[in-house]
Amino acid sequence: MIEAKTLPTSYVTQPGEIRTSSGKTLHTDEMIINMGPQHPSTHGVLRLEIVVDGEIIVDVIPHIGYLHRCFEKHAEHMTNYQQVLPYADRMDYVAAMNMEHGYALAVERMMKIEVPERVEYIRVIMAELQRIASHLIAVGTFGIDAGAFTPFLYAFHDREHILDLYEMTCGARLLYNYIWIGGVSHDLPPQFIDKAKEFCTYFKPRIKQFNDLLTFNEIFVKRCANVGVLPKDVAINYACSGPMLRASGVNWDLRRDDPYSVYNRFEWEPQVGKGEMGTVGDTWDRHIVRMREMEQSVRIIEQALAGIPVGNVQAAIPKRIRPEAGEIYARTETPRGELGYYVISDGSTTPFRVKARSPAFVNLSVLPEISRGAMIADLVLIAGSVDIVLGEVDR
Amino acid sequence: MLAVVWSALPIVFILLYALVTLYMEMKVAAHMQDRLAYMRTGWHGTLQPFADILKLLQKEDTISVAADKKLFMLAPYVVFVGTYGAFSTIPFTSLYIGSNIDLGAFFIVAVSSLVVVGILMGGWASNNKWSIFGAMRSAAQMVSYEIPTALTILIAVMITGSLNLQEVAKFQEGGIQNWVVFGGPMPLTQKLLLIPFTLVTFLILFIASLAEVNRTPFDLPEAESELVQGFNTEYSGMRFAMFYLAEYANMFLVAAVAVSLFLGGWASPFGSFMSGPVWGLFWFVGKGMVLVFLQIWIRWTLPRLRVDQLMYTSWKVLTPFLFVCIFAVGIILVL
Amino acid sequence: MTAEEIYKSLKTRFGDAVREAKLDARQPWILVAWNSMKEVALFLRDDPAMQFDYLMCLSGVDYNDGRLGVVYHLSSMVHRHKIVLKAQCTKDNSHVQSVSAVWGTANWHEREAYDLLGIVFDEHPDLRRILLPYDWEGYPLRKDFKVPEFYNGMKVPY
Repeated sequence: MIEAKTLPTSYVTQPGEIRTSSGKTLHTDEMIINMGPQHPSTHGVLRLEIVVDGEIIVDVIPHIGYLHRCFEKHAEHMTNYQQVLPYADRMDYVAAMNMEHGYALAVERMMKIEVPERVEYIRVIMAELQRIASHLIAVGTFGIDAGAFTPFLYAFHDREHILDLYEMTCGARLLYNYIWIGGVSHDLPPQFIDKAKEFCTYFKPRIKQFNDLLTFNEIFVKRCANVGVLPKDVAINYACSGPMLRASGVNWDLRRDDPYSVYNRFEWEPQVGKGEMGTVGDTWDRHIVRMREMEQSVRIIEQALAGIPVGNVQAAIPKRIRPEAGEIYARTETPRGELGYYVISDGSTTPFRVKARSPAFVNLSVLPEISRGAMIADLVLIAGSVDIVLGEVDR
Repeated sequence: MLAVVWSALPIVFILLYALVTLYMEMKVAAHMQDRLAYMRTGWHGTLQPFADILKLLQKEDTISVAADKKLFMLAPYVVFVGTYGAFSTIPFTSLYIGSNIDLGAFFIVAVSSLVVVGILMGGWASNNKWSIFGAMRSAAQMVSYEIPTALTILIAVMITGSLNLQEVAKFQEGGIQNWVVFGGPMPLTQKLLLIPFTLVTFLILFIASLAEVNRTPFDLPEAESELVQGFNTEYSGMRFAMFYLAEYANMFLVAAVAVSLFLGGWASPFGSFMSGPVWGLFWFVGKGMVLVFLQIWIRWTLPRLRVDQLMYTSWKVLTPFLFVCIFAVGIILVL
Repeated sequence: MTAEEIYKSLKTRFGDAVREAKLDARQPWILVAWNSMKEVALFLRDDPAMQFDYLMCLSGVDYNDGRLGVVYHLSSMVHRHKIVLKAQCTKDNSHVQSVSAVWGTANWHEREAYDLLGIVFDEHPDLRRILLPYDWEGYPLRKDFKVPEFYNGMKVPY
């Protein structure tokens, strides 16, 4: 058994010594400030240990694990694969549909199940609605980090409409247990399609209003431009994904480049940051990429609503989920980035190992790299632009 | 005895005004954010400010063990004294001014600097790194923005010729065209030349006064998202209520200064219609509340500036503009 | 490149360090010796024909028969191909060479594998626990993990 005390870094500071948690000693003019775990702006229980020289940041050491709920250990003790789905919901509670979609996709690929077309269309509609809802939270809380309290409430107003649509379908507003392995749990109610079309026409001018209020505001642009620049090669090396990667100029979207479900039937474009207000890959780019992705999601939803076929949504749900021994890694594009499930099966009804590769965990690891040299006020914005949900980071 | 009552009238006003402004802030913020605020305490939440104050008063008075007790307890009162002292030279109406000294405007600038001392005391005595950050930023911000404020006051004084705010208000009697923001009661050519500069000066005074009161877009010292309330963090209950009251009093103070110097003070905009001592109070308080409403409106619309951008705005944008205005106004007045 | 070509290329270059492979699986994997992980990783990232610049996922696994494993899912943004690498070690001697100098994202993934499974990554710049408290004892994701009775005086199972 490897003991912690035999490792090179020890957590016990000697008297007279000031050291950060990762073992680096400080110079005399530096100060350690602790932000979190309870803090109005750290988006959950995240602790940032900041080494500052005045107002300039020398180093940031994130400490996570305050919300670790042992998803992977639970998954190994479930009686069947289906029971893991509510746990997958609760990892990223803000984008629950996408989490379920990823897991269902992984198990279906392992069992070689073909789901009906109607199920694919419903999944795409739900996933894209969830993307809009999640991005609304991201941009709303980003506004609060910058000091603008009003756009947050406008964003939540629009999110209420989406949550009403979800409640109409499966009864839940936040944690759905809707996308099952092989299908979905309930078919769409009869008024869903009209209400969803109404939502799409209602939402497009709201994006413009939000942009006028916050995104192109001179003060906001000055706060966000050239802050937290993530260069392209660093982003790829640190396996960033989602809006963080696209804002750095990399045109990579899993819905187009590693296609799954029926995304290749719709016309839409991945949004890439171009450095319009500053450098490519700064926080403003990430913000505008999220705003524009919402517009593209509305496009996808409208196309899907127009072309949705009829069918039985529960036709392909297997009675017993028992994949043959093997393993698979399946990835989908959630609002935060690439969500991967690595599932190992040993031929029984219980999963042998489920590893959830969460995008927020990986995106957060690049935070120290991009915030050296920034100010504390900037660090709040940078952490907000990474768009973390601690439930997903800690699982 | 009469002197005590005379000097205590502004505090009666401040207390009433604070109740109204608490309610106004809550409702204005709510309606701008597409929601209703409190609706249950009283009709549409009108009793809510009383409930808030009652709650603050009955809270436990915690002082952290490592805090510097004397400074900690003194700080809110120093802040309030700094604000209230300046209220003594504000002309509420033609018959009432706390103390009719000839140095009114200068006195206001001097005494309201005491607020900086109070904030520094509060931040330091809390023994909390975040409070110290907030206090330092606040001190830097308030001291830097005193300069544009003083320069705008200088411009108004150049036009009206007196530092005594009661004289300045009398100078602007006779209708809206005599207000300093529209050039003052000057011959027409001078007035037309002065108007662009006085308008710009009034705008700069408004911006600088937002910074003096620590409100968004300059509320970095109290930035909730970063500093958990800044220098206020360790204060609770009655002491926090004192800071809060001082902040609202300060809001009205800077609005009152702007109104007295530029918007005619207690003079009616219609000349002799609706003028007189009682009407004067109505006009003064009304104009002050319009500016307070503007401050609230801006707070809920704009994001906040970072500390170096704040400093940049003060030293490299507002002050040069004001130097140009001083020169221009001086030349126009001499001609 | 297909999985066979990648395997051949690795085999010719590294010989014995490449132990076995399962190329007919749904997602073909190649098993590499634990003490040459970094060399292989550098080659895979920098070779112009391979260019595996994106480490999608790094997972630790407990195979329940005395072996611990690390599974690397790599992909290339340039060539659009993927490959899976595996490394294995025993529970008594659970060392694997770290690839955090090759892909920056491996830093946190390896910390997580160490934290939950006890796999020690040699040459890792900062190997501490990441999800569990820093003074936790035990490696929970192992199949033979027993929940401790007390942690810092608090009763653990409730």
